[in-house]
Amino acid sequence: MKAAVINFPGSNCAEDLLWAVDTVLGAEAALVSAKTTSLAGYDLVLLPGGFSYGDYLRSGAIAKFAPVMAAVQAHAAAGGFVLGICNGFQILTEAGLLPGTLQVNSGLKFICADAPLAVTTNSPWTHAYAESAISLPIAHGEGNYYADTATLADLEAHGQIIFRYRHNPNGSAHDIAGITNRAGNVLGMMPHPERAVEQVVGGTAGLALFQSIQEVIDANA
Amino acid sequence: MFKAKIFVNYKPSVLDPKATVIHQTLQDLGQTNVSAVTVGKYFELLLSGDRASVEAQVTQVCAEMLTNVNLETYRYTLDEVPA
Repeated sequence: MKAAVINFPGSNCAEDLLWAVDTVLGAEAALVSAKTTSLAGYDLVLLPGGFSYGDYLRSGAIAKFAPVMAAVQAHAAAGGFVLGICNGFQILTEAGLLPGTLQVNSGLKFICADAPLAVTTNSPWTHAYAESAISLPIAHGEGNYYADTATLADLEAHGQIIFRYRHNPNGSAHDIAGITNRAGNVLGMMPHPERAVEQVVGGTAGLALFQSIQEVIDANA
Repeated sequence: MFKAKIFVNYKPSVLDPKATVIHQTLQDLGQTNVSAVTVGKYFELLLSGDRASVEAQVTQVCAEMLTNVNLETYRYTLDEVPA
């Protein structure tokens, strides 16, 4: 598996994500500038957390126009895997790669906490999870997932809701913490799996996500 | 030269926590005659060109950049101004 971690101006979780994939997981990974126009050779494209373009206009709204996004769109359209974490999830919704929008948290406060989650293990991203009840760190001010009624019904009907909050911290519709597109190759999630890959920082519940997708990619290599 | 004045607001069907807080604060201040608050964004664009193409351009910028189409709608006015 070869992974690209896209670094936008204002992304601040790219290095943590790179660490999780290359040092902890042991896969080949690189930081890639948002000015890059080619993602040839990469199996997994990762959009990290942070405040790309300062969250100006709306979170992720300016990032969708970055030069690299045409290549991200093409990669996803060809069935390539894309994972957006936190601001990365916001960018994916703004870019139309995932449905819905992340709104300001219903309580209006930035939340930095451990979030108990329910995992749907029937997906290329989570099949390696031994348990369906885990906890991952969240740190966001705009994580309140919104989509209209028809879209929410669609997500439910097609098993696209991969992570759900067990104690909804931000008002997200249907307790949604992470979803895929219909084809399942694009995942967006507000919690930070890359912050839970080593026991020394509090837990390893994020590791199985990276292991799952690595297994799927390497099996099809 | 044209000046576009663009107003972006949440769709009525979308709950806006920020507007709710402002409304509640006004209530707490005794201004109970305020029955609704909406919060929006205001943009001004100064641009050159003929009216027809400027209108098309402003519509596109509104739809593709200034508005999150899941949550927001827009309206604008376009006035000719001295260059």
